[in-house]
Amino acid sequence: MDQLLQHLLNGLLLGSTYSLLGIGLTLVFGLMNVVNFAHGEFYTLGAYGAFAALVAASLNFFLAIPVAILAGALIGAACERLLLRPLRAASIDTTMLVMIGLWITLQNAELLAWGGVAKSVPTPFPTEPVAWGPVSVSRLRIFVFVMSALLILGAHLVLTRTRLGRAMRATFQDRETAALMGVSIERIHTVTFALGAGLAAAAGALLGPVFLLYPSMGDLAAQKAFCVVILGGLGNFVGAAVGGLLLGIAEELGAGYVSSGYRDAVGFVIIVLMLLVRPSGLFARAERVG
Amino acid sequence: MRRAAIGLGVVVVMLLGAFAPAAWTQGDPIKIGVIQPLSGPVAASGNYVRMGAEIGRDWVNARGGVLGRQVQLLIEDNKSDPKEAATAAEKLIVRDKVPVIVGAWGSSMTLAAMPKLEEYGVPMIVETSSAATITKRGNPWIFRISPPSEMEAVGLEKYMKDLGIKQADFLAVNTDWGRGAASAFGDLLKRSGASVGAVEFMDQAATDMNAQITKVKAGGADTLFLTTSVEQITLVLKQAQEQRLSRKIITTGGSSSPSQLIKQAGPAAEGTMHILFFLPWFPEAMPDGKLAKAFVDEWAKRGHPFEGLTEGFRGHDGVITAVEGLKVAGKPDPKAVRDALWSVSVMGVNGPIKFEKDGPAGKESGQSKPSIFIVQIKDGKIALPAFAVKK
Repeated sequence: MDQLLQHLLNGLLLGSTYSLLGIGLTLVFGLMNVVNFAHGEFYTLGAYGAFAALVAASLNFFLAIPVAILAGALIGAACERLLLRPLRAASIDTTMLVMIGLWITLQNAELLAWGGVAKSVPTPFPTEPVAWGPVSVSRLRIFVFVMSALLILGAHLVLTRTRLGRAMRATFQDRETAALMGVSIERIHTVTFALGAGLAAAAGALLGPVFLLYPSMGDLAAQKAFCVVILGGLGNFVGAAVGGLLLGIAEELGAGYVSSGYRDAVGFVIIVLMLLVRPSGLFARAERVG
Repeated sequence: MRRAAIGLGVVVVMLLGAFAPAAWTQGDPIKIGVIQPLSGPVAASGNYVRMGAEIGRDWVNARGGVLGRQVQLLIEDNKSDPKEAATAAEKLIVRDKVPVIVGAWGSSMTLAAMPKLEEYGVPMIVETSSAATITKRGNPWIFRISPPSEMEAVGLEKYMKDLGIKQADFLAVNTDWGRGAASAFGDLLKRSGASVGAVEFMDQAATDMNAQITKVKAGGADTLFLTTSVEQITLVLKQAQEQRLSRKIITTGGSSSPSQLIKQAGPAAEGTMHILFFLPWFPEAMPDGKLAKAFVDEWAKRGHPFEGLTEGFRGHDGVITAVEGLKVAGKPDPKAVRDALWSVSVMGVNGPIKFEKDGPAGKESGQSKPSIFIVQIKDGKIALPAFAVKK
């Protein structure tokens, strides 16, 4: 019983980070129809951004995180302007290839800039864990969990409750009509991509201190993000948030009670099963048209 | 357009010039291939081995090289990936025509490169890999200077009473190395009358090991054997602390870089024990104290991080073994070097290197018998455990 409680807690904490990784990816796909293979690199950028702000610019830990998110969003915006804007009329396959190119380029740039040796980010949290009876968890992970939940909620509110969110949804439903209504569609494209990249950078800045920083850290993150997005339904925001939690808990229980060696297989087995039963994702209402 | 093309041409020529080897002695330099994980999840270790290999090369060259020629290292990145290791071996052999290779850090990477060695007939000095299968497969082009896990387990055997292990769990990376170590140390426990508890594995790139730790914690063992790279050891120690796991922790494989653990895992590393093959904190305790001290000093002079030394010496020892093979062979020919390696006897930072036959008769691989040590992290410093001092 104690073991199960700890597994569920671990799964919840892990799942919340998967959700945060997934929403940025699903947002860019759902709204822009761009499969962002470079998503994991924005995660890496966020992590190294926080490290640079902390160590090189000796900023406060809590200040370093927004700085890193902003840096990720700005670089995301630049990538959109330079790479995606000229390809607005191109097919999804073309942009996919460009994003794969961006992924490889960014990863190698990070390797060049930081070297291959892992770095750890110092945090102001005491190492002593918080314990409730048989279960325990580090303070840093609680902080990450709360921040993830706030970011997911914040992104959801921006999308559904603000003028900007409405303009974003309108642009991607019908470009021409949105433009006629006075929406600056070019700017909306840039802002949307920057938001997706910023969310990935936020995940990196928050998780960097929990784990370690190395240039290929984004590969695992991107792999999980894609799992979450497929699980929740491509482009489905709520689906990604819930899918992340499900994946985290499933992996944790799979590793705890089935086999730790096949931990990553658990997630993929669930995805294959789900694609067989509900091919458009857990939370899909109707097939997206157009 | 034309001007741009000419400009590009000039740049390419200049780059080629920059990479052209500088030959001081007569003739072209002799090339030695090095395959290491310079990027990917275990990049730290691979880069340290590269730094050590460069020291070995520079020392050999300062003494006049080998066979009257300078030594040049061709260093390939296997990206911590077995497929890339095989590609790197093929490139070094076919394109660069190296007579001998040093590599490829991880057991899975070495195993993936091995068929290429046999196919083209080029010897490889294995500097780090611990999986038993490497020398048991009947590949006569393999010469290993690192200890297989079984040898490490034997090295630990004399301390078994002092360690007082009754039951131990295993947490190992899910590769040939990790699986091999879990079975070798499991055998040691059974031999010494202790029992094996949970045997858990983790993916090489995994960062969250909480599930495995929770499972281990639920059992009743007193010791945890941990086999993986320093990056993952750091994460496991931190996560074990978060879950208040109280176990004696012993890492195997010699790639734990305890000084890096002190820096990155802090108090979570306190009390942990580490099997190592080099003691840079106490160089005078090494078989050749003077050489060990010189290596530590040179490493510091180059500004390399101290914590890389426990990995870096492997590069040095690998390169000097390859050079000695070339010297005995008398010519940079792969087959001659292979035959010569059997009679090589050279002093490395770890200790004397000399190959004995291992594996199926007629197709034996070479296996040296390295020195094995154990250290403990005490009060944020490296110490010899009390029982290791008295022996």
